[in-house]
Amino acid sequence: MVTFEGDLTWKDLEIGAIIEAPGSARSYESGTWRSQRPTYDFNKCIKCGLCALYCPEGCIEPNQDGYFEANLFYCKGCGICARECWPRVITMVEEKEQ
Amino acid sequence: MTTRVGVEVSIAIADAVKLANPDVIAAYPITPQTHIVEHLAELVADGELDAEYIPVESEHSAMSACLGSSASGARTFTATASQGLALMNEVVYVAAPMRLPIVMAVANRALSSPLSIWCDHSDMMSVRDTGWIQIIAENGQQCVDNIICAFRIGEDNRVLLPVMVHLDGFNLTHVVEPVEFPEQSDVDKFLPPFHYPLPLNPDRPVAMGDFAPPFIFTETKWAHEVAIRNSKAIIIECWNEYARAFGRQYHPVEKHYSDGANRAD
Repeated sequence: MVTFEGDLTWKDLEIGAIIEAPGSARSYESGTWRSQRPTYDFNKCIKCGLCALYCPEGCIEPNQDGYFEANLFYCKGCGICARECWPRVITMVEEKEQ
Repeated sequence: MTTRVGVEVSIAIADAVKLANPDVIAAYPITPQTHIVEHLAELVADGELDAEYIPVESEHSAMSACLGSSASGARTFTATASQGLALMNEVVYVAAPMRLPIVMAVANRALSSPLSIWCDHSDMMSVRDTGWIQIIAENGQQCVDNIICAFRIGEDNRVLLPVMVHLDGFNLTHVVEPVEFPEQSDVDKFLPPFHYPLPLNPDRPVAMGDFAPPFIFTETKWAHEVAIRNSKAIIIECWNEYARAFGRQYHPVEKHYSDGANRAD
């Protein structure tokens, strides 16, 4: 199955849009309709991981330095991580048109 | 040799289904379809037909069971009418784009209200746009022939679509007509075993009927549209082969004293 939106045509689909390999939804960019994005002040971060536990999208993982950070390919900007982060690392800011 | 017998058309349909040797029948009885599924239940209970008969609690469940059955690569039959078809509507829509061959006889009956058990075609019209292939039979013989053809058409790997065979409630279902039954050995030759290309199989798991974002939804719908359009040639091919094997020829539209007419309404 082709995984890139622009490349896919009906001829590439399996019969009845059957999916043969698990995890194909990972290729869907589900963060496109975000209206706010999380920003981080990692000086305050204690690496507790609460934000990752609460994230309904499951898109928060430790970055190279071990600080928890949302993957904006999937993040929908709900702001739950910012609300639950008690050291106040995360601030939601408006997405602006590029 | 074929056998010509006087038989109630509902019973003839059940016997035609038996000739097609289905693996699963899931159905809920409703007037005027009742005799079809009652007779099939009897054939299974008496050991004359080696199939799973699933006595479901509603038509919605009947069609849902048929989806699972067909997805596993089993030859699948159900039958309904009127309110039953309306109740299973949601799942009728699911079957066609999932490209699951299911054969369903519909004993056409008016939809309420007023409540009526008699024939009209409002049930058929309510599923016109579901993307099923629909064959409308005029008499008992056409029912028997087209039930057998419906399995072959729907299960053809160039088609893979569910097929309805419509017949008038009471005006056909409860009428005794002379019907020629093909021999089992000839039907076995005409109707090859069903092989679904990607069936449910624990050794090779697949996901069916998944969520699809719009760019996949539209492409899936178009694939379905192309399959429906392409099916016409295969339906005609099937009918031509049926004529060669059994001597009765069918056409997409049958003419009746209309040769040379300028218009037909």
